[in-house]
Amino acid sequence: MQHADTIVLPSRSAQLGAGIIRWFKRATAIPRRDPFAFIGLLIFFAFVLIAIFANSLITHDPREILFDENFDLARNLPPGGEHILGTTFSGRDIYSQLIMGTRGALLVGVTAALSVVTIGTVIGLISGYFGGLTDTLLMRLADIALGVPFLPFVIVLAAFLGPSEWNVVFGIALLLWPQSARVIRAQVMSLRERAFVEAARVTGAGSWRILFVHITPNVLSLSFLYASIAVGWAILTEAAISFLGFGPSDSVTWGQMLQDAYASQALGRGQYYWFIPPGLCIIAIVVAGFLISRGYEEILFPKLKD
Amino acid sequence: MVYVLKRFVHMIFVLWAVATILFFMFRTMPGSPLAAFLDTTTSAEQQEALIRQFGLNKTLGEQYWLFLTNLIQGDLGQSFFFRKPVTEVVMGVLPNSIILMLASLIIAYIFGIVAGAYLAWRRGSWVEGVGIPLVLTTRAAPEFWLGMVLLAFFSFQLGWFPSGGANTSGSDWESGWQRVTSLDYISHLALPAITLAIYLQGLPLLLMRSNMLNVLQEEFITMARMKGLSTSTIVMRHAARNALLPVATAFALGIGGAVGGNVVVETVFSWPGIGRLLVNAVAASDYPLAQGAFLMITGVLVIMNFIADVTYHLLDPRVRDATR
Repeated sequence: MQHADTIVLPSRSAQLGAGIIRWFKRATAIPRRDPFAFIGLLIFFAFVLIAIFANSLITHDPREILFDENFDLARNLPPGGEHILGTTFSGRDIYSQLIMGTRGALLVGVTAALSVVTIGTVIGLISGYFGGLTDTLLMRLADIALGVPFLPFVIVLAAFLGPSEWNVVFGIALLLWPQSARVIRAQVMSLRERAFVEAARVTGAGSWRILFVHITPNVLSLSFLYASIAVGWAILTEAAISFLGFGPSDSVTWGQMLQDAYASQALGRGQYYWFIPPGLCIIAIVVAGFLISRGYEEILFPKLKD
Repeated sequence: MVYVLKRFVHMIFVLWAVATILFFMFRTMPGSPLAAFLDTTTSAEQQEALIRQFGLNKTLGEQYWLFLTNLIQGDLGQSFFFRKPVTEVVMGVLPNSIILMLASLIIAYIFGIVAGAYLAWRRGSWVEGVGIPLVLTTRAAPEFWLGMVLLAFFSFQLGWFPSGGANTSGSDWESGWQRVTSLDYISHLALPAITLAIYLQGLPLLLMRSNMLNVLQEEFITMARMKGLSTSTIVMRHAARNALLPVATAFALGIGGAVGGNVVVETVFSWPGIGRLLVNAVAASDYPLAQGAFLMITGVLVIMNFIADVTYHLLDPRVRDATR
């Protein structure tokens, strides 16, 4: 009795482990296939490292107003010496602000991208799988979201809900999901007709199970593609909102640095070392997103390559 | 025709939906209109006027009806700050925005189409290796930052262009047309238009390039080659013409994109347009003006999307016949 035939199924954790390894293998396949995407990943990774070790990389407290040895305000000092990138009009260390700004940018970028893509994926899945009235309603909602001017909307939202980076994330999530939802919907509509879905249905799997267990894994790479673009969008938007003066005043972000530089006439004084670096950082991180998405696109849709 | 009508109904629907969202957003959000205009700085009679203007003593449903009927009549209320009808204020700055938008779009599309065709033609060469990353970089650069750099260099350092506004203050013009065609206006327009154009050229450029690459593989190109036509004739007369269509429709879509970009660029260059008006209105809690400016921007965006869809539909027989 005790030795009855038992079919040993791999445990759940083993399955999960195998899944992770497979995903990891796929992710590491990128550098070999596409050097551009590899560069993108490298840039992104470098910024993540800077954000994590920001505390040990900074030379001054980015918000502290500094004074020189004569107790004069250390205002508008040129780069070099104690201050790698000089100081601002109000006597703060630019280099330290730049390093600290990485944190805010990444935090906003990654959270916004995750929310956009989560909403987009779920709506795309439901819309594509169930079709009919649900689909019509959700797609009309997408039309409306696309009809709203993006940046003006986020400005109004940020002004109403109060200056916080989370309101910027909220605004981005609210308006940018349709792009990914539409593409994923189209993908789901074709997946729905495939044999493996039919097989799952025959074995008695419910709609939700089919949707989230069988179909979802097949669209996740598309979601990732959109996420890598959304990171850049989110960072650009947050910077624009901060620049316009609707961002939080108690944190240090690249947009805020640019606003500070603009408002304290750094342009007229030609303090390029103040306002050039934050812009370059934004460009680098957004380009990294573009490169990663491009690399993924070529792996997902090899036909596009030529 | 049925398609155009359908698309038109769709446009009206989106406009209505956005207006409705806006209405509820401005009325039910924390820290919004009531708090903003019933604060201590407004006098009792001002409050009275506001309450009457928005029907705040009525139910939400009645307010909504009032809002919609007024909107259809083009009545967007009084601006707190300017003490003038919102419609008048918005219409006063709209031409500046449209001129800026069109100027930058024209520069961006002419450049984008030519450069895109060129990059497609030189596919696989070093030009492409340098060109594509460069285009991606311009797409990734924040417009306001680009504006700041151009402003610092060309205006403050070299003194080639004025640093902001649309006209030298104190200048006087006989007509609006004379004003916008004056050298003074154009020199003020140059930097913001170039800034926006740098941001906008990426889309037509990449679109043109990928279309060209597709078209160059088609049979009629092979045919042209077999006829012995020169490469430049093939690229210019045969391929470019056919690749141009989707780019042309993207022009209207580009206007939609420019609307958002306008907001920050107008702020950087103190350009008296609708984007800057919106930013100032929001910052000053001038709620009717903010609402009006937002609606106007939405209107431009939605109408442009409509035009884009319809022209694409009318111009491309393949699309037209598919939906028939």
